[in-house]
Amino acid sequence: MVKKSHVATTINGEAVEFLCEPRHSLLEVLRDTLHLTGAKEGCNNGNCGACTVILNGVPVNSCLVLGVEAEGSEITTIEGIASESHLHPLQQCFLEDAALQCGICTPGFIVAAKALLDRNPNPSEHDIRFELAGNLCRCTGYDKIIRAVQDAAAVLQENKS
Amino acid sequence: MATKTPHEEAATWDHGASGSAKKYKVLGTRPIRHDGVDKVTGRALYGADIQLTGLVHGRILRSPHAHARIKSIDYSAAEKLPGVLAVITSHDFPNLKDKMADLGEGTVNLADLSANCLAHEKVLYKGHAVAAVAAVNAHIAEEALKLIKVDYEPLPHLNWVLDAMREDAPLLHDNVFTSEMGKLAKKPSNVPVHLHFETGDVEKGFADSDIVIEREFKTASVHQGYIEPHVSIAHWNRDGHITIWTSTQGSFTARQQTAELLLVPVSSIKVIPCEIGGGFGGKITVYLEPVAAILSRKCGRPVKMVMNRTECFEATGPTPGSFMRLKLGAKKDGTLMAGEAWLAYDAGAFPGGMIGPGCMCVFSCYEIPNARVDGYDVLVNKPKSAAYRAPGATQAAFACESVMDELAERLKIDPLELRLKNAVHEGSRRVDGPVYPRIGFIETLEAARNSDHWKSKLTGPNRGRGIASGFWFNIGLKSCAAANVNADGTVTLIEGSTDIGGSRTSIAMQLAETLGLKAHDVHPQVADTDSVGYTDVTGGSRVTFATGLAAYHAGLDIRQQMQARAAILWECKSDQVTWEDGLFRHGDKTFTFRELAGKLNQTGGPVVGRASVDPEGPTNGFGTHIVDVEVDPDTGKVTILRYTAVQDAGKAIHPSYVEGQMQGGSVQGIGWALNEEYFYDDQGKMRNASYLDYRMPTALDLPMIDTIIVEVPNPAHPFGVRGVGETPIVAPPAAVAAAIHNAIGARLFELPMAPHRVWAAIRDKATAG
Repeated sequence: MVKKSHVATTINGEAVEFLCEPRHSLLEVLRDTLHLTGAKEGCNNGNCGACTVILNGVPVNSCLVLGVEAEGSEITTIEGIASESHLHPLQQCFLEDAALQCGICTPGFIVAAKALLDRNPNPSEHDIRFELAGNLCRCTGYDKIIRAVQDAAAVLQENKS
Repeated sequence: MATKTPHEEAATWDHGASGSAKKYKVLGTRPIRHDGVDKVTGRALYGADIQLTGLVHGRILRSPHAHARIKSIDYSAAEKLPGVLAVITSHDFPNLKDKMADLGEGTVNLADLSANCLAHEKVLYKGHAVAAVAAVNAHIAEEALKLIKVDYEPLPHLNWVLDAMREDAPLLHDNVFTSEMGKLAKKPSNVPVHLHFETGDVEKGFADSDIVIEREFKTASVHQGYIEPHVSIAHWNRDGHITIWTSTQGSFTARQQTAELLLVPVSSIKVIPCEIGGGFGGKITVYLEPVAAILSRKCGRPVKMVMNRTECFEATGPTPGSFMRLKLGAKKDGTLMAGEAWLAYDAGAFPGGMIGPGCMCVFSCYEIPNARVDGYDVLVNKPKSAAYRAPGATQAAFACESVMDELAERLKIDPLELRLKNAVHEGSRRVDGPVYPRIGFIETLEAARNSDHWKSKLTGPNRGRGIASGFWFNIGLKSCAAANVNADGTVTLIEGSTDIGGSRTSIAMQLAETLGLKAHDVHPQVADTDSVGYTDVTGGSRVTFATGLAAYHAGLDIRQQMQARAAILWECKSDQVTWEDGLFRHGDKTFTFRELAGKLNQTGGPVVGRASVDPEGPTNGFGTHIVDVEVDPDTGKVTILRYTAVQDAGKAIHPSYVEGQMQGGSVQGIGWALNEEYFYDDQGKMRNASYLDYRMPTALDLPMIDTIIVEVPNPAHPFGVRGVGETPIVAPPAAVAAAIHNAIGARLFELPMAPHRVWAAIRDKATAG
């Protein structure tokens, strides 16, 4: 057996330490070691975006990051998007706009959309489609997802003013 | 209880002339789905999310060859790898004789199913499972696969239907004989079935036509593309009971298949359906469940098996590739006189592809007095084909609708008007026999004609507009429901339809409507196979229709029992208690549902409603799609500019999720039309078995998908529901082909209409012109 490495990170605002083999992806660590199973594995090669997490402010496919690379980093997963008492406007808009069917891609979309809105609070339809092109959905045809992100952007703008 | 069973009730409902204008309190509203919060916060548990004490991990060794004989398998080295707990091959499976099992939406030969789970003497496609390993983690299991030595004798392979149909073609199976009009051929072949439907005098019909058009079409295999890979966990307990956690469209069907393959009684297996990350027909057949069960029996631990994406492409359900010849004859005024279709669909490596529904659907939209359909199920060295959203219908519609478009062009008739002129309606007979009850095809065409999209002008170079229609059944099949009345006036609904797209809510809404409750006063639960009555697959556009019907009957059962309880309290007879506007009433005394629910314990204890339904006779869904495209003349790339899908939903229970089905189906159809295909090399190996290379549509490839819901109530359902899930994928390839023709003046007859094919069509037209 390969010796495991000790890794210290901040995940969803909490200090989290874990042991992992050099070959373990961040996705494996999140799901199998830390039981944060909201990030999904759809392809394990960066094609589908279902495992998207925010790593130091940037959306990444956690299947393409090694666990050991996460040392010292700040990670936000789908489990860290809602507050203690309230859903994030993105989550609320996904529900109200029926932007999910089977729901397997939903965590990845919400995390990727959060990263987009953090950086660009007022994206155009094209901006949203461009930024979310790395997240595959096979159920919805994307229409209601795009609208949910637009609606969430409007809610966030309203909350700010 | 003196409730009538559903079979004693009228099987049809008169929705009257006003139809969908009926006033409903819950139906037609858009409540947030009951499982929504779990799904947007990452809490919903899909198969791969399940953790169990002692859980170990299984992986499968797969064939590198498209067709080969297995001479020997030596897994002694794999067994010795530290961490490996069990290795199995097909020798660990019971030896099954040919026996057909009914899976509700189609039948399967159990010997074939077993050989598909783990190959017997031969591997029949690249990716065919050969051996399986269980180990303490997936990485070690993966390493162990590399230590298994398989000696193969490669055999000639076949990927294309017309090659496989040749007299001198190598055989995939030497025990398959063509079944034709009830007769079995004497010589084995790669064609398990030849279907034939005929009506009228086809030759005379063509002779009486003013115009006859005949074209040949090809389509590539495409995959359902669900984002969640196949996953199963099995625990074979020491008492002989097997528990299976799985991602399936039908927990009872998965239970039955697994039981039949393992030769154990169905009651010894409990299937716990997890949340399912997409299926589209591809998650009905078992691939992993029996393998995980046998590994578990061998190592005494629960075994989790998850496919990777390449395995999903290479070893699970593509929809058939096809070759089709289609001929239509018409009078100058556009009246169809005759039709002839010759369809060859590949079945993959085992008999039983999608040719049956293909033959039933090919002329399903039009009244054609003289018609003939020949269909061939053809074995090739590809994964066994699986259902994919309206299985078999999309290929056939691509052929028929494309010839309709050409007919309209040549006759100088508007393509929508040509369809209206020949559209099927109540009383029309399909070429395969059935007569349509009340259907809404004409209404979808009229709604398309009245749409902003159709009335708008399309301008600009290299742009074109196309229209096409599509048909799919709603199968009925069996569904059960139980509903428990809670003391606080809410109801817990137990049903067995795995929820792929929000069906929990559309079923709960029908119970709520029946009981005068709010949607969120009903708490739907999808139960395991030990906790609810037998329920067929989530497929065939049946769940909102049939399980919804079960919920309705469970609601009536509750209502009747509660009327009896009110009668006890009011000291009157049951039939003196009426139910109206959510109130139980006798004279001037009333109870709300909630008030009476709070008094159940004084009147005899809990009330449980239940229903078991098996509605007979499929009903029908029609759709018409309009698309605008722009073609890049330099590259042949097609961009979708605008898209409108029109569909008859009967009654849209939750319009948002009806729209979602229409949008999602349209986009899968667009992917099929423009880009998706299984790309094979000369060794018969798929070369694009990843999402990146297979290239399904992304958000950036598409515009918004507009929807128009038409409501022509279904007489076979109390609220008029028609299933809506499958019809939306049928029309898109033909609609896009028509739009491309409108843009560049050339027709394409092969899917996908990828840039190189469109570019070649532009070039050929320029050369010819």
